[in-house]
Amino acid sequence: MLVLMGFLAAIALAILRLRDGITAVMLSGIYSLLSAGVFVLMDAVDVAFTEAAVGAGISTVLLLATLHRTNRLTRPSRHRAAVPLIVVLMTGAALVYGTWDMPRYGDAGSPPNQHVGLRYLEESPKTTGIPNVVTAVLASYRGYDTLGEATVVLTAAVGVLALLGARRRKDDPHDR
Amino acid sequence: MIDDQVILRVAARVLTPVIWLFALYVQAHGDYGPGGGFQAGVLFAAGFILYALVNGLGAAEAIVPARVSETMMPLGVLIYAGVGFAAMLAGGNFLDYNVLADDPKKGQHLGIIVIELGVGITVAGVMIQLFSAFARRPA
Repeated sequence: MLVLMGFLAAIALAILRLRDGITAVMLSGIYSLLSAGVFVLMDAVDVAFTEAAVGAGISTVLLLATLHRTNRLTRPSRHRAAVPLIVVLMTGAALVYGTWDMPRYGDAGSPPNQHVGLRYLEESPKTTGIPNVVTAVLASYRGYDTLGEATVVLTAAVGVLALLGARRRKDDPHDR
Repeated sequence: MIDDQVILRVAARVLTPVIWLFALYVQAHGDYGPGGGFQAGVLFAAGFILYALVNGLGAAEAIVPARVSETMMPLGVLIYAGVGFAAMLAGGNFLDYNVLADDPKKGQHLGIIVIELGVGITVAGVMIQLFSAFARRPA
């Protein structure tokens, strides 16, 4: 776990220093794959699966396709990095401070493991007859949320396609 | 697109059906193991994208025409919402799978499999369309 986290930090720093877009995209793909490894170590295989497929797979390809349409190299920045650095450090410090109040990882007495989570684990095999609790929660208990998510995916895609003008018209003289 | 890369072309041709088969497995097996509609949809699109990257978008769209993937986007959401309304017609609440079959457990199974299929169809259509939109635009 620590080794993976160390790699994550190293890759993040490497991406910061890069000027070449393609290398940065490939490294962010590797970053996603390593995060998927971290999720597997935390026994969250469903999350890891999604991270590996979406983060390391599809987004990398989409970013590469975007890069293909723009400049591969970024210009060196002339801004001073002092103010952004201070903002980032303060945000990071606030987040780390926030983690002090969090229950220890895997603490059986913590609120997420006590109330509704416990009920899902005990009841879902009986009421839904489905061994994978994640699927039971996503599709049945939280069916409304998942319907909303599917709708969000659709809406986002419609927005992107509208922006890119993907709809091909026969009478469009600019087509091809 | 990549005419002289024989190994890539053959590998893509061999891998695409395997990826699609795995996508169907993940789709159908989401109740029992990790995975489900979202991951299956992404995998299905990944197979399409691999084929399109190596053989060209035209060849890939000969298998899954743009019109089909475009229709898939809203179709999945319609299937999902349709299950909700089917449950209402059967006398339950919106998306209450218990009433979909004689036995509540069977109803849950049926409802979950169908809505996961809806999610998978939408996600696959969306990912294929997004990739095609980028790949189709002239540089």
